[in-house]
Amino acid sequence: MNTKVNLCGIQLDNPVIPASGTFGFGYEFAEIYDINVLGTFSFKGTTLAPRFGNPTPRIAECTAGMINAVGLQNPGVEKVIAEELPKLKKCFHKPVMANVSGFSVEEYVETCRLLDQEDQVGWLEVNVSCPNVHGGGMSFGTSPAAAAEVTAAVKKVTTKPVIIKLSPNVTDIVSIAKACEDAGADGISLINTLLGMRIDMKRRKPIIANTMGGFSGPAIFPVAVRMVYQVSGAVKIPVIGMGGVSSAKDVIEMMMAGATAVQVGAMNLVNPFACKEIIEQLPVEMAKLGIENLSDIKRV
Amino acid sequence: MKQSLFTILENRALTKDVFKMMLSGDTSDIRATGQFVNIRLTGKFLRRPISVCDWDEKTLTLIYKVVGEGTEQMKNMQPGEQLDILTGLGNGYDLSKSGEKPLLLGGGVGVPPLYALCKALIRKGAAPTVILGFNTRDEIFYEDEFRALGAKVLVTTVDGSHGIKGFVTDGMKDADYSFFYTCGPEPMLRAIGKAAKTRGQYSFEERMGCGFGACMGCSCKTLTGNKRICKEGPVMESEEIIW
Repeated sequence: MNTKVNLCGIQLDNPVIPASGTFGFGYEFAEIYDINVLGTFSFKGTTLAPRFGNPTPRIAECTAGMINAVGLQNPGVEKVIAEELPKLKKCFHKPVMANVSGFSVEEYVETCRLLDQEDQVGWLEVNVSCPNVHGGGMSFGTSPAAAAEVTAAVKKVTTKPVIIKLSPNVTDIVSIAKACEDAGADGISLINTLLGMRIDMKRRKPIIANTMGGFSGPAIFPVAVRMVYQVSGAVKIPVIGMGGVSSAKDVIEMMMAGATAVQVGAMNLVNPFACKEIIEQLPVEMAKLGIENLSDIKRV
Repeated sequence: MKQSLFTILENRALTKDVFKMMLSGDTSDIRATGQFVNIRLTGKFLRRPISVCDWDEKTLTLIYKVVGEGTEQMKNMQPGEQLDILTGLGNGYDLSKSGEKPLLLGGGVGVPPLYALCKALIRKGAAPTVILGFNTRDEIFYEDEFRALGAKVLVTTVDGSHGIKGFVTDGMKDADYSFFYTCGPEPMLRAIGKAAKTRGQYSFEERMGCGFGACMGCSCKTLTGNKRICKEGPVMESEEIIW
């Protein structure tokens, strides 16, 4: 049985990729299992300048999921390159996916340009669901034109595949995905978290200090499958499916929705062995479904 | 960090809403007093972090307060039932800093991690004084257990129904100590920060995502940089805390 897939010209041993923000820079997980079993992983969202992020509480429990409002805490791209990547090199020997966020086109461009030069980086995953300081309060990921602008600008300064990570909090995700494809994106990843909120009823206040946050976990899986299906039907570039994936079955279902590779997010926080277990279980589920090669799976 | 299944040996009430759970399982990754475990509960998504009260080679003791749905579910569990637990989380207290006369200050459900700490300090030859703070007489637990370890124990109650009337800081006024260790609600930690005459270590609480350093859900700022309560904490040094 063959679990290999090709993601934008780079072969992965399997399609399983821990999602950005749920896997740090890999070391916490490398302490408990050999993370080289992964297809790759998407490292913690990196910005040009260091960021502490939002005040706490940043986390809230939900039925079959959670809300987070971490706010892109990261040491900034210089430290990521100088300190995190050399440490990562010791425990991960495959190309890694560099996840990048920004608050202006210039920031995205500079952060991507710097990470593109690192040998360890295989792909750039550009997260366009942050508040857009540059464009007057609108998120880059909620407007086709803004998403295309970032894509084109990043493509100009990079040589590695650029994957644009889209927000589901939009009226028409397909038009945004197509705009990114037209602007030169090499892939699309979706979905980022759904905007959500919980209230502490005793205190009569939002649980999350930032009021709202991103809802993730198994509860959002059907929404993710639907959006991956819609987007993969409309673009020719590879799509990475994510959102509530928590089992090998979910990985295959996501691929049947049109995903080339699949990210696993919130589940890593609850079961630190989630990705390893999913990878081990994949051949079992493939056998049940009569799938010889994962890459043969066609969009339904 | 280790993930393993523990079996409940005992689960009983110490007060109206504070429970003691003893479990058997693999405790080999618990390395320091003041560390915590993270418990997966059926039907809940995120794990529940609970401080380690005590442990030996085969058993783990947790004392928890029922504060929400997760702990309510734990309260109703029976001996023989199993729990998926991550052990060995957090940094824990540093015994080497204690000096000869350490002072241990616990407030309410912050008391449990001080038990194993007190035991370890006595084992290494220190003479700890323990001040346990509660709101009222009915909430007191583990006073006799600390005394049985050989520690000098003072109890404070806010309403004066037992021991010294007031807060743990009222109990520490006349104490002679070389270093302090504390765990409890943040207002209590702040008050100790103002009242303390020596350096000390504080254990903090925060809503956590993973409990093992992956999600950055429980970060805080300190004078020595950003820290994750679950990984570089929950125990922090008095000289690095930004109140």
